[in-house]
Amino acid sequence: MNCAECEVLLDALLDGELDAGHARDVEAHVAQCSGCAEKLKAFRAMRGAIATANLKEAAPASLRSRIEAALPSPAPRGIAPQNIARPSRRMFFGGFAAGAALSAAAAASLFLAVVRNDQDQTIADEVVSAHIRSLQAGHLMDVETSDQHTVKPWFDGKLDVAPPVIDLTAEGFTLLGGRLDYIGGEPVASVVYRRRKHIINLFVARRLGREHAFVTASTIQGYNVRNWSDQGLDFWAVSDLDGEELGEFVQKVSAALHPGRPS
Amino acid sequence: MAGYADGEHDRARRFRDAALPYLDDVFTLARYLMRNATDADDAVQECYLRALRHFDTYRGPAMKPWLLTILRNVCNAEFARRGKRELSTECGADKEAEDLPLWQEPQASPETTLLREHDGDTIRKLIAALPQQFREVIVLREVNELSYQEIAEVAGVPVGTVMSRLARARSMLRSAWNVAEGAAP
Repeated sequence: MNCAECEVLLDALLDGELDAGHARDVEAHVAQCSGCAEKLKAFRAMRGAIATANLKEAAPASLRSRIEAALPSPAPRGIAPQNIARPSRRMFFGGFAAGAALSAAAAASLFLAVVRNDQDQTIADEVVSAHIRSLQAGHLMDVETSDQHTVKPWFDGKLDVAPPVIDLTAEGFTLLGGRLDYIGGEPVASVVYRRRKHIINLFVARRLGREHAFVTASTIQGYNVRNWSDQGLDFWAVSDLDGEELGEFVQKVSAALHPGRPS
Repeated sequence: MAGYADGEHDRARRFRDAALPYLDDVFTLARYLMRNATDADDAVQECYLRALRHFDTYRGPAMKPWLLTILRNVCNAEFARRGKRELSTECGADKEAEDLPLWQEPQASPETTLLREHDGDTIRKLIAALPQQFREVIVLREVNELSYQEIAEVAGVPVGTVMSRLARARSMLRSAWNVAEGAAP
């Protein structure tokens, strides 16, 4: 092998693209040719500089949400976002129609309060524990991601309520799936969302705690917790997201539950 | 949009699961192929919409090179759409970038330590200054981490051409890099 042949193959050697035979030939040549050894060193240095330059760029969040919004929604059967967006097609909220007007009025003035009594505190602790449990490998979703479109039907027959499963992908909260969990010994639904790398568990149950349409906020073991009641359901959102973004999540869920209400 | 059947949702979900993890890869290549951020964003979005349209017939190769191939086609189609004038501007930009005295930049911060901190920026600029055919193989290799065979498929050239383009691209980078380094005292 001469130096010209060797030079052509140096890149391939460093790229790990040479077969064993050629690699041996190149290495043999480099071992006895100081010129090519120098080149190899220079090639390595350049590669090192490129590697440490960390050239891969993260797509901006605005682009990501633009693309997610442009793709058809992978929403579960019958509860695509457009159904939520249109009051006339609130299929799965029909049962709560009676309470809707009242809770809409209450939810229109969502405000934050602190967790006020021991009973709420106990439930909040359990909710956070359930959230932490869910983060253990393999426990996040009962409805596998490959069956994501069946999140809502999956809950049928497992609970005495039909939890709303809202696709907030376009809003920056990706729907991951659902899970059956237990709070205070009672089965509850958890609808799982993700924002960036942060998991949000939205626990939904019938009157899990006391009814209150305003949002209570707390921080337990470093997790932010939001709790409110709406349409006969009790909602607990738990995440390591910061309070402001979790608040935004609550607003989006609440807005989707009340499509007619200006946000 | 309201008319999507369940199959459509399932398909959309499978597509998202398969394709969205490579968004950063696609975006980075777009940033190096297109000349400004808005064009890059548009190209990435168009790439994903096209990919979705062809997802039913997708049988391989691996998802990442497949997406990057589509992105490259989108970019080339855009260059063609803008016509020769834009294309020559694009080539002119290459020429201009090549002529830019990149190696003078460190003079603003002559300490070697500062130069080191700017290594990443310098390398990005050096790569951006390469003519397109060299720029794309470097990015496909160094950023997207494709194999020679995959680069050959994305760029639509034989593996031998990939090797020679990579060698040439790196040679140009080394020269410019040495000049840049030499500028530091």
